[in-house]
Amino acid sequence: MHLAQEVTTGFYSLAPWLVFAPLIGFLINMVLGGWFMKQPWGENAVGTVASLASGAAFVVSVLLTLSLSADHGEVMRWRLAEWIHIGELELDWTFRIDSLSTTMMLVVSGVGTLIHIYAIGYMHEDVRFKNDVGRFPRFFLYLNLFIAMMMILVSGDSYLMLFVGWEGVGLCSFLLIGFWYELDTLGRPSWANSNAAKKAFIVNRIGDVGFLIAGFIMFWALGSLQFDEVFEAAEGAAPGVILAITLLMLVGVAGKSAQIPLYVWLPDAMAGPTPVSALIHAATMVTAGVYLITRSAELYTLVPQAQSIVALTGAITALFAATIAMGQYDIKKVLAYSTISQLGFMVAAVGMGAFVAGMFHLVTHAFFKALLFLSAGSVILGVERGHHHTEHAHGHHGGKLKKGKKKEGKKEQRHEPVHEEEGEVFDANDMRNMGGMRRTMPTTYWVYMIGTLALAGIIPFAGFWSKDEILLDASLHYPVIYWILSVAAFLTAFYMGRQIWMVFFGEPRHEAAAHAQESPRVMTVPLMVLAVLSVLGGALNLPFEGFHNLGHWLEHTLHEVETLTFNLPIAGIATILAVAAIYLSWLIYGRNPLRAGEIDPLKKRLGAAFTALENKWYMDELYHAIIVTPYVKISQFLADVIDWRFWHDWFHENVIAGTYNWLSGIALNRYADQRGIDAFANGLATFTQWSSVILRKVQNGFVRSYALSVLLGVVLIVGYLILR
Amino acid sequence: MNLDLVFFLILSVIAVATAVGMLLSRNAIYAALFLVLNFVTVAVFYLLLGAPFIALVQITVYAGAIMVLFLFVIMLLGAESLPEEQALPWQRPLAALLGIILAVEATFIFLTRARPIGDVTQPDASVNTMTNLRALSEALFTQYLLPFEVTSILLLVAMIGAIVLVRKEKRVP
Amino acid sequence: MVPVNYYIILSAILFILGVVGVLIRRNSLIIFMSIELMLNAANLAFVAFGSVIRSFSGQIFVFFIIAVAAAEVAVGLALIVEIFKSKRSIDVDQMSSLKG
Repeated sequence: MHLAQEVTTGFYSLAPWLVFAPLIGFLINMVLGGWFMKQPWGENAVGTVASLASGAAFVVSVLLTLSLSADHGEVMRWRLAEWIHIGELELDWTFRIDSLSTTMMLVVSGVGTLIHIYAIGYMHEDVRFKNDVGRFPRFFLYLNLFIAMMMILVSGDSYLMLFVGWEGVGLCSFLLIGFWYELDTLGRPSWANSNAAKKAFIVNRIGDVGFLIAGFIMFWALGSLQFDEVFEAAEGAAPGVILAITLLMLVGVAGKSAQIPLYVWLPDAMAGPTPVSALIHAATMVTAGVYLITRSAELYTLVPQAQSIVALTGAITALFAATIAMGQYDIKKVLAYSTISQLGFMVAAVGMGAFVAGMFHLVTHAFFKALLFLSAGSVILGVERGHHHTEHAHGHHGGKLKKGKKKEGKKEQRHEPVHEEEGEVFDANDMRNMGGMRRTMPTTYWVYMIGTLALAGIIPFAGFWSKDEILLDASLHYPVIYWILSVAAFLTAFYMGRQIWMVFFGEPRHEAAAHAQESPRVMTVPLMVLAVLSVLGGALNLPFEGFHNLGHWLEHTLHEVETLTFNLPIAGIATILAVAAIYLSWLIYGRNPLRAGEIDPLKKRLGAAFTALENKWYMDELYHAIIVTPYVKISQFLADVIDWRFWHDWFHENVIAGTYNWLSGIALNRYADQRGIDAFANGLATFTQWSSVILRKVQNGFVRSYALSVLLGVVLIVGYLILR
Repeated sequence: MNLDLVFFLILSVIAVATAVGMLLSRNAIYAALFLVLNFVTVAVFYLLLGAPFIALVQITVYAGAIMVLFLFVIMLLGAESLPEEQALPWQRPLAALLGIILAVEATFIFLTRARPIGDVTQPDASVNTMTNLRALSEALFTQYLLPFEVTSILLLVAMIGAIVLVRKEKRVP
Repeated sequence: MVPVNYYIILSAILFILGVVGVLIRRNSLIIFMSIELMLNAANLAFVAFGSVIRSFSGQIFVFFIIAVAAAEVAVGLALIVEIFKSKRSIDVDQMSSLKG
C-alpha cells in the first residue's frame, strides 16, 4: 500500500469528501435551518439538503470503490492533515481506502441516505404529533453529523482516528436518542428519553474505557496506533500483551455493539425516533464493534484464547437476547433485542475467525434490519394517525367503557376494538394495540414480510445466505457455538413470526389500529428499496464457486479468507428450524389471533419463565442494584458527608475560618496591632506630650534664664574647644 | 617689676573693684557711678596703651554722655531700688557657678595655650602729637570710610527710632 | 613692659563680670549697664592688641564700637522707658508675658 497522493489514477483525492460532504450539510442546515422553516417548503429543503449530503458521501464511496477495484484492491491511504507529531509518535488524519473500509462506507452511506429520505416523511409527522415543528432541522443536523462521524470511523487509518469516530458516533447517538429530551411520545413532559440517552452514553463510555486502555497498551507496547505499524509490531510482541489488547478491545465492542454485559442501553435507545433506531442502532453504529474486530483480525488471529472468548460472548448474547425478544410487547423492543441477537451472531462469526461471514451478515443485516425498523416506524405512525383520527372523532372523551370487557376472558365473543379509558395512556408502539394491519397498511405489510423472512433466514432472502455461512463455519470449527447459534436462529424465527401474527393478522385490537393509514411515498419508497436489497443481498457472497464476491473483495485486506462451499445438511437444518419456528408461532399466535385485552398465550404456557422474559431477565434491575445504587450512595456520601459536612462545614468553618479569625483577631489584632503598633504609636504621642510638658518649662518668659542658657552654651562650647 | 607693671596692677584692681561694686550695689545710682569710675579707669588704660584719642572719646562719650543718659533715665523712672522678690531662686547660684567655670576656662586657656605675643611698649611722646592724630583720621576717612558712613546712618536711625518710640500716640476720637 | 596677656586677662575678667551682672541683676537698667561693661572689656582688648601690632585698626574699631554703643543705648533706654510706661516697673522678671 502506499499513499494515494502519489497515485494519479482513481478518485482517491475525493476521500475527504466522505466526511466533509455530511459536515457541509450539517453547516448549511445549522445556519439556514431556521430560515428554511419559515418558508412553506422549508421541511423539504432541510431534508433534501441532508439527504444530498449523505448521498454525496455515498457517491464518493462508490467512486472510491470503483477506483480501488481498478487497482485490484490495493490498499490506498490518503493523508489529509498532520495531527500529532510528538517525539516518535506521528499520527495523522489519513483516510484508508481498502476493501474493508469501502464495504463499510457503502453500507453506511447507502443505507444512511435511504434513511435520510425516509426521515423527511417520518419527522414531518412526528414533530406534529409532539407539537414542536421548529425542532425539525435539528434532527437532520444530528443525522448528518452522525454520517460524518461514522465515516471518520470507517475510513480511519489508525486506531486513533477510529476512536475519534467511535466517540463521535457515541455523541450523536446520545443526541439522537434524546431528541425529544423533555417530551414523551404524546408530547407531555417526561425525562424518559433523556434518561435513555444518558444510559446509552454512559454504558458506551464503560466500553470506551476498555478501548482506551487497549489503545494505551498498544502504543506503549507496540509503539504506534497506525494499523499497519501495529500489525507489524504485533508479530514480535509478547502474546500476553496482545491478549490484553484484544480482550480490552472486546470490552469496547461489548459497549458499542451491545453484547453482554453492556447491551442494556440498546433497548432503552428505542426511545429515539425510529429513523434513529434504524440508522444507528441497527445498521451502522452498532456494527462499529464488528468492524473493529474485523479490522484487528491480524491481532486476534495471534491469540486464539481471545478469539474463543469473543465467539462465546457473541453466541451467548445471541441466545440471551433472542429469549428476551420473545416476551416483548413493544414492536421496537422486539427489533432491538433482535438486533442484539444478530450482533451476537456477527461477533461470534468474527470471533471464530470467519471474518467474511461476519461482514457479510453485517451488510445483509443492515439491509433487512433497517427495513424492519423503518417499517415499524411506518406502522407506529400509522397507528398514531389512526389514534388522532379517532380522538378527534370522539371529541377526546374516552368513549363508553365497555363494561366487563377486560375482566371476562374467553366468554367474551365480541371482537370490537377498544380505546383507552380516561386517564390511560395510549402506547402506539404496543403490539397488543395493533392487529389486522395488513389490511390498513398493505405496503408496509409486504415490506415487513420481506424483512421478516430475511431475518428469519428463509431462502432465498439475504439473511439466509449470511446466517447460513456463519452456521456453516461454526459447525466446522466450533460445534458448541453452532448449537447455541442454531437455537438462537430458531428463536429468531419464532419471535419474528409472533410479531407478524400479532401486528398484521387478526383483527385490530384498538380503535387506533382500526383507523390506521398508510404512510406517504416519501417513506414507503426507501422501504421498497431496502426490501429489494434484502431480497437480492445474498448475491454478495453466495457459497458457490465463483460467487464469493465479498470474500474475494475482503481478501485484499484480510489476507486469510476461508471460502466455504454450500453445505446442504447445515443449510437444510437451518431452514427446517426456521420454518418450524414460524409454524410454531402460527400455532400460538396466528391460528387464534389475539383478542383485545387477552394476555399473551405464551404466558399461560410458560408461566413464570415468560414473566422473566417480559422483564428482560431483570437485568436492568440487577445492574441498578449492584452498580447504580451503590454508586449513587457512594457519591452521595462523598458529596454530602465528605465534601459538604466535613470539608465545607467543619473544615472550612472551624479550621480555616477559625484559624484565620484567631490569627487576625487574637494574634494579630490583640498582640501585634493593639499591643505592638498601637502601643508604639500611642506611646510616641504620650512621650511627646510628656516631654513637651517638661520642656515647656524652659520657656518661662524670663529673659534672665534665657541669657543663662546662652551663657551655658558659651561655657560648653569653650570647654569643648579647650578639650579638643 | 617695673613701673608700668605697678601702674597696671593698681589700675586693674581699681577697675575690677568698681566693676564688682557696680554689680553688687543695690542702688542703681551707685551702680551707675561705679560704672563711670570704671570707664574712667579704662580710659587711663587707653592712655597707657598709646591711644589718647580713644581715651578722651571714652571719657566724653561713654562716661560723659552714655552714663549721663543712664542717670537721667534712672532718675526719670525712679528706679533706684527694687523690691526684694525672688522669682528665680536658682538663677544667682547658677549664674555665679557658670561665671566661675568660664573664668576657670579662661585661665586655663591663658596658662596652657596662650603664646606670648609681645609686650605693650610704653608709648613715647610722639603719640601726643598732631601727626598721630592726623594719621588716625586719615586712616579713618580713607580706609574705613564705608563703616564711617554706615555708622552715621546708624546713628541717624537710632535717633529716629528713639524719637518714634517715645512719641505720644494719637488717641482716636 | 607689660605683656599684652595681662591686658587680655583683665579684659576677660571684666567681661565675665559683665556677664554675671547681666544674669544676676533684676533691674533692667543695671543689666544694660552690665552690657556696657562687656562692650568696654572688648574695647580694651582691641586697643591692647592694636598697640602690640602698632596699627591704628584697633583704635578705629573701638571708635566704631563706641559709636554703635551710643546708638544702642539711646534706643534701648527709650524702650525701657516705654516698657516702664506700661508695666510701671523695670524689673525684668515682670516682663515674662512671652511665657510658654
